[in-house]
Amino acid sequence: MNIWLVMLIAGLITFSMRFSFIYLFGRLHVPETLRKALHYVPPAVLSAIIFPELFLRDGHLSITLGNHRLLAGSIAVVVAYFTKNTLVTILVGMLALALLQVLF
Amino acid sequence: MNEQTKNFWAGVRAELPLLIGVFPFGMIYGALALNAGLSKFSSQMMSSIVFAGSSQFVTTQLVSEAAPGFVIVLTIAVVNLRHMLYSASLAPYLASLSTRWKILLSYLLTDEAYAPTIIQYEKAGLQPFTHWFLLGAGFALWFTWQVSTALGIFLGTAIPDSWSLDFALPLTFIAMVVPVLKNRPAIAAALSAGVVALVAYLLPYRLGIILAALVGIVVGTYLENTSHIEPVNELPIQANLRDSLDDSQTTKEQS
Repeated sequence: MNIWLVMLIAGLITFSMRFSFIYLFGRLHVPETLRKALHYVPPAVLSAIIFPELFLRDGHLSITLGNHRLLAGSIAVVVAYFTKNTLVTILVGMLALALLQVLF
Repeated sequence: MNEQTKNFWAGVRAELPLLIGVFPFGMIYGALALNAGLSKFSSQMMSSIVFAGSSQFVTTQLVSEAAPGFVIVLTIAVVNLRHMLYSASLAPYLASLSTRWKILLSYLLTDEAYAPTIIQYEKAGLQPFTHWFLLGAGFALWFTWQVSTALGIFLGTAIPDSWSLDFALPLTFIAMVVPVLKNRPAIAAALSAGVVALVAYLLPYRLGIILAALVGIVVGTYLENTSHIEPVNELPIQANLRDSLDDSQTTKEQS
């Protein structure tokens, strides 16, 4: 298959998935339970992205002090909890990682 | 500044920290696509036609292995499945928009545009013009992705790995998710999804994320139903939208 055809079909499929519920929502009856469930998409999806970034190094579980990203990420969680400030959380997290990488 | 412009720039601002992490990714993608044997033009066009980071990375991998076209298409479809969750999650807030708006915002709906937008929507509730927030966040990401792809194609990766700029992405997601964890069901949803994501990491095509998210959603919803607590983030639905969202009488009055 020609690469342009591949890109076009892949682009259409990707778009259809992004469009799917946004298009259908006003047109279908959405049960209460499902709408409740949708509120758990952000914490669930974001954690599913965050955890592997922090706990896995080269595809292996790494819960040690040598895992700088886990340490820096944990510090960021604490900072986020107390400040609720995105910029401060990112700055402290990046700084923590840089320091850990330089010092250890 | 009118409400539209204000919301648009609020979206751009919310997107900024994510762009720090996205920029090097875009450059790496551009460089990899070229290495895989795609032309400069098609490498760049993939960033606007498909416009989905992780599936573009997988595609370069498959192209360099000379995988058949239908395998590439199927793989991209599976890798991007999670966007249906984002679509469902944002749908209640976009229900009243014209189809033209829905098409534009759907095209721009990536992980990085979804995250700040849903956090903002759940905090502020449904208001007129908030779709401009998603437009701002989505456009800022789209623009950055195109520019960084181009730079990757023409300059190579250029940014040293040791800068760890990619770490800005999980950090931004941490900053967004922690304030949302206000009750037991939400915390349980986050923890269970995270643990499943670790266990299911070996599943191909990022399927682990979908599985993890679904487990988290089920756990959160189940706990909410059994503990009878008031949901923190009940969607404040405007009266004029209520009919389009739910034609039965199940929508509870919150006032």
